Amino acid sequence: MSEMISGAEGLIKSLLSEGVDMVFGYPGGAIISVYDKLFDYQDKIRHILVRHEQGAIHAAQGYARITGRPGVVIVTSGPGAANVVTGLSDALMDSTPLVVISGQVASAFLGTDAFQETDVVAMTQQITKWAIQIRRPEDIPDAVARAFYIASTGRPGPVVLDIAKDAQIGMMEWQHKTCDYIRSYNPMPHVDSADVLEVAELLNNAKHPLILSGHGVAISNAEEELLQIAQTADIPVAATLLGLSTINSDVPQYKGMLGMHGNIGPNIATNKADVILALGMRFDDRVTGDAKKYALAPKIIHVDIDPSELNKNIKVFKAINADAKSFLSSLALFIKPNKHDEWNKLFEQCDKVEYDEVIMPEVHPNSGKMKMGEVVNAVTKAAGKGAVCVTDVGQNQMFASRYFKYSAPKSFISSGGLGTMGFGLPAAIGASMGAPDRTICLFVGDGGLQMTIQELGTIMEHGAKVKIVLLNNNFLGNVRQWQTLFFHSRYSQTHMLNPDFVALAAAYAIPGEDVTSREDLPAAIDRMLSHDGTYLLNVDIDASDMIFPMIPAGGTVDNIMLNENKKFSL
Amino acid sequence: MDKELFTVSVFSENTVGLMSQVTIIFTRRCINIESICASECSIPGVHKWTITAWSTREVMEKVVKQIEKCVDVIRAFLLTDDDIVYQEVALYKVSTALLIDEPHLESIIRTHGARIIDVTREFTVIEKTGHYRETQALFEELKRYDIRQFVRSGRVTVTKSNREYVSEYIEEQKIRAERQKKS
Ligand SMILES: Cc1ncc(C[n+]2csc(CCOP(=O)(O)OP(=O)(O)O)c2C)c(N)n1
Repeated sequence: MSEMISGAEGLIKSLLSEGVDMVFGYPGGAIISVYDKLFDYQDKIRHILVRHEQGAIHAAQGYARITGRPGVVIVTSGPGAANVVTGLSDALMDSTPLVVISGQVASAFLGTDAFQETDVVAMTQQITKWAIQIRRPEDIPDAVARAFYIASTGRPGPVVLDIAKDAQIGMMEWQHKTCDYIRSYNPMPHVDSADVLEVAELLNNAKHPLILSGHGVAISNAEEELLQIAQTADIPVAATLLGLSTINSDVPQYKGMLGMHGNIGPNIATNKADVILALGMRFDDRVTGDAKKYALAPKIIHVDIDPSELNKNIKVFKAINADAKSFLSSLALFIKPNKHDEWNKLFEQCDKVEYDEVIMPEVHPNSGKMKMGEVVNAVTKAAGKGAVCVTDVGQNQMFASRYFKYSAPKSFISSGGLGTMGFGLPAAIGASMGAPDRTICLFVGDGGLQMTIQELGTIMEHGAKVKIVLLNNNFLGNVRQWQTLFFHSRYSQTHMLNPDFVALAAAYAIPGEDVTSREDLPAAIDRMLSHDGTYLLNVDIDASDMIFPMIPAGGTVDNIMLNENKKFSL
Repeated sequence: MDKELFTVSVFSENTVGLMSQVTIIFTRRCINIESICASECSIPGVHKWTITAWSTREVMEKVVKQIEKCVDVIRAFLLTDDDIVYQEVALYKVSTALLIDEPHLESIIRTHGARIIDVTREFTVIEKTGHYRETQALFEELKRYDIRQFVRSGRVTVTKSNREYVSEYIEEQKIRAERQKKS
């Protein structure tokens, strides 16, 4: 018989056997026993003490997105658990594996409105892949094994383990438990070879094929297979927001980003293609615009690991429930070499218009205040190969996603489905913790930065290395843009009186500088990149700058605004 | 599009909290659940629930996929009345005095194939099983006299298939488990 240990210690041993060596968290009364045991295991598990639980969960998301392994979060009951709700919702939308452990009042007090009791399972059921309460210490090893299995397999997602105090304190006989099978859960659909052959045939015969690469390609590590197919058959590839960096920016077959602020070529091509292969993406309304009028001509083949995404937002010609990597590696065997010069001309034409009308004035302006696009462009050039782009939400996110150059897989981290302001800084911290050797560039607005700015304290204490590029327009820029375009320039509650950000960073022992003129930008970027640690660039941005091209919400993908007054046409 | 009455048959593990997880899938899409009934089915440990709701096929197909996505749901099936044999039960409470004073009541109960399941000095409880149409018909007739209380259960169903719809799937899962163990 093995020796008896507490549930709290059992939890830590189970985390260790899942390979966990880093957790993000914040202590409190209902989780104090676990923290007490963590004290004994400091050499094996590094605990990153954040400044707010929202910071913990977004950091864990950043960590999970860059490593592909579940991020682990530990919080207390009631307010601690409530503070991770935004992150759970974000992680579910963006298929991010997380295991969130929350303390809970002792089981005798459940349902009595005890101090710091909230019904965490009920509260999180709709925003997690799985949420359970544990009331007995002996249930911990099984629950942890299941949690990691569920979080990381199939379509990944967040899992909550709500552990009552008595289960943490009570004694148990710990056993190593693993989980690779649950009767009611079948995460790895079988790839049907008939489907593969049919799709190969469709693609081989297509005159105007188009691949839409989504987050699923990154999650399943199918970047190489994608590249091979795209290059062999010369098939243009467009990426969704979270599909960015599934194919390098300099690959000729890569044609840019889809969606509301995506590149013109891919959006226009959506309606002109004859066959579309959509991989690990979900036809979100920011990609489709008016779903009823989306891509009516092409035969769409939709491959996704989550069957509930198939035929959900749009009806497709062929729906295939499969893991992107398994599917693509089979498909690659049947793809014939091909050339699509004629079809590629469409992208060249679109690119030319986009370059002249949108990119040129954004990236190389010669007068006026600085623009977000030119800053992102300067940073990405200086940061070089392998750099990671983390964004917050708003104009900063769209400019960063559009103008950053991706030269390695897993190089883009952003809150896509939920669009959570405040995601950027903590996610960048987590990414830096997960990949300390990569250059992590964060692009963030003055609004979003202040939503989780307390995490500068986490950086100070734990030494994450984040290149913080604050695109500061003293406005909630994205909302301001909509007010300009659709609400008669009535800037209701979008102007912000901001603090001295560089002084604020300095208070946290983080160096930084204000950049107010274009001439100073390159040298400032060099100082930021060559500093060994976090550095803040507070860049003074033209508040009237707007992100274009733009497909207005609910519009069709070929109805593209080039600027306030001009529509795209070929 | 015109709405129809659909029956969703859900097979699940017996997990606390799963009910609310499943019902919220309907609520999110503003679908009113007509009835819901759950019990263990012929496979030990597997619970079968019958949910009925008015909606369109297109919407219900998506709902069923989202139900299946719950980790503890084994399978969920979208059924129409052609696929199933179903039944409901209704209880009607009338005063015993009324039953004695109104001679017609006896023949009404008889022709509707209902039965009396409890009698006290004050009241009598009548039970009728059948489809909605049938239990409603008895209700309409009794209503002409005086009904003290009335209740109708949700639908319970079995499919016209040979075994539980989920049996084959569970067999497949056993094979999957074996394979997993070996690898
Ligand atoms: C938590 C949260 N609240 C509100 C919004 C709505 N929203 C979307 S973008 C935006 C403005 C962001 O402003 P800022 O952070 O300064 O970035 P900018 O757009 O100027 O780059 C707002 C308020 C949101 N996405 N998230």
